[in-house]
Amino acid sequence: MELLGVVSFLVFFLIQSSFFSLTSIGLNIQWGFTGLFNVGIAGFFAVGAYTSAIMTGPHYDDTLFGGYDLPVPVGWLGAIVVTAFVAAIIGYITLRLREDFLAISTFGIAVSIQLIANNMDQLTRGPEGLYSLPKPLEDLSASPLVDNILYLGVCIGVIGLVYWGFERILRSPWGRVLRAIREDEHAAMAMGKNVFAFRLQSFILGSATMGLAGALYANFIGFISPTDFLPIFTIQIFVMVIVGGSGNNLGAIVGSVVMWGVWSASDSLIAAVVSPDFQTQAAAARIVLIGLILVLMLLYRPQGLLPEKHIVSAAGRMKLKGED
Amino acid sequence: MIFFINCKGKLKEVAIGSRSKAIFFYNQSNYLCQKFTIHMLKVESLVKDFGGLRAVDGTSFEVKKGTITGLIGPNGAGKTTTFNAIAGEFPITSGRIIFDGEDITPLPSFKTFRRGLVRTFQIPKPFAGMTVLENLMMVPKGQLGESFWNNWIRPKAVMEEEMRIRDEAVKVMEFLNLIQVAEERGGNLSGGQMKLLELGRALMSDPKMVMLDEPGAGVNPTLLGEIVEKIAELNRRGLTFLIIEHNMDLIMNLCDPILVMASGQMLMQGSASEVQNDARVLEAFLGGVAEDGS
Repeated sequence: MELLGVVSFLVFFLIQSSFFSLTSIGLNIQWGFTGLFNVGIAGFFAVGAYTSAIMTGPHYDDTLFGGYDLPVPVGWLGAIVVTAFVAAIIGYITLRLREDFLAISTFGIAVSIQLIANNMDQLTRGPEGLYSLPKPLEDLSASPLVDNILYLGVCIGVIGLVYWGFERILRSPWGRVLRAIREDEHAAMAMGKNVFAFRLQSFILGSATMGLAGALYANFIGFISPTDFLPIFTIQIFVMVIVGGSGNNLGAIVGSVVMWGVWSASDSLIAAVVSPDFQTQAAAARIVLIGLILVLMLLYRPQGLLPEKHIVSAAGRMKLKGED
Repeated sequence: MIFFINCKGKLKEVAIGSRSKAIFFYNQSNYLCQKFTIHMLKVESLVKDFGGLRAVDGTSFEVKKGTITGLIGPNGAGKTTTFNAIAGEFPITSGRIIFDGEDITPLPSFKTFRRGLVRTFQIPKPFAGMTVLENLMMVPKGQLGESFWNNWIRPKAVMEEEMRIRDEAVKVMEFLNLIQVAEERGGNLSGGQMKLLELGRALMSDPKMVMLDEPGAGVNPTLLGEIVEKIAELNRRGLTFLIIEHNMDLIMNLCDPILVMASGQMLMQGSASEVQNDARVLEAFLGGVAEDGS
């Protein structure tokens, strides 16, 4: 029984980590591989989560949309498409800005998205949130643990697919231009590359990944409300990518699991040692802890746990596989 | 003989051997446009202000096809600004830039590049974290694999094109003696090798004209000789060059004609000996010579 408890906690923990992992991979393509300082992660995550919730969720009496009861994979695809569309509009407006202004404007946009979710009752039911969202593969077994193990499998499958796709595209001529832009955008432009177009594509790709992560989250938890998408989420993702190693997708995954572990552990620690009267205040210490880890990391291991690998495009070697 | 022909509705200067040839070509003006345009580049009263500072002040000049044209002048004369303006690095204040018969004034740098106008930088800008081979392979324009979706829909065609580009890059590296550092990162090269790499990137684009900004700066004499030799060789194959340089040996041996700029304006132009014997040039470089002898 004890063991079962540990296993089910572990499965639950890994599922949660996988939402962060997927979001971190999305940020990595923007920040780690293109140098885009997107501080609006929570906003894209929210767009994906709400899209899937509205598409797959039940009918609510007080909303204008929703109740479409679509299959979950359709909701996830919808989340990708809608987030990509939103990212295209935001990117088109903001990506011509210098990077510090890009950071400020994306931050503001994410806060606006959260506020829209909080106030647009006809779409999101405001602070009350959307509930009873369907979870895929739920009907296969009666045991919640088996359910969760299956869902973890789905998450790992999705992350694996995205990881494989990103690793492959980064080694293509498309990824080569992205790397060139990160190295020196003026030189890339002088070599005839439309820097803005490539940045926009990278921004859309990364944001759509965050949207997919949000959809995975929504259909697992089954209930979403605007408090899930506060700016702290964005900060957490950045710390995960920096701790794991920006510019390394495996690092983003490792960083996510490690930092979510630290966050959960500090949660349990606070619950165990702080008297109930001060728990809310003590919870703020977690944020301080995250900040401390970030600073220590930047001071002593700025390359992250897994440093960036030197990526070379598939055909960019003097000796290719199968050649003499 | 110089004639004016109607080229896509615009009048254009062309040089044609004789009147009878000109009549023969009369109905083939499109062909004429391409074949007999004598000016690769024409800059007309170019002005560029940076805030209150007028960096380039109404400069006009031409670069004839097939030449290695030199651009010299004291520091602050506006040479690099002129380069940047032509390449489309920033919008200009006023003036017109005609490249190979077409107005490229408003085009940003990535578009002037696609027209066949390539430039290198005064301070080399290799993609430091990428290998020499990759620095070269990223250059060719309109690569299939630069479209995100082609990599998923047509991976075979992308790979075939990659192979062609790689072969081309190997040829360029062999020509420039960079083959032994093919898999070295751009940032690890010596100053001279970086200059060669920049020249190599320019060649990868199959350009009509290359603008070199101080190809000789910070390069040791042996490597400099090599760079000069490569430029001359490429010019014999028909490539037009516009070169900014402070190394007078390089300029005087390689370039004809030579344009001299001073305080944002075109001072004079001529052959190496004309430039060397011009009092205005000396004055611009060495500072004003007082006439009253004091």
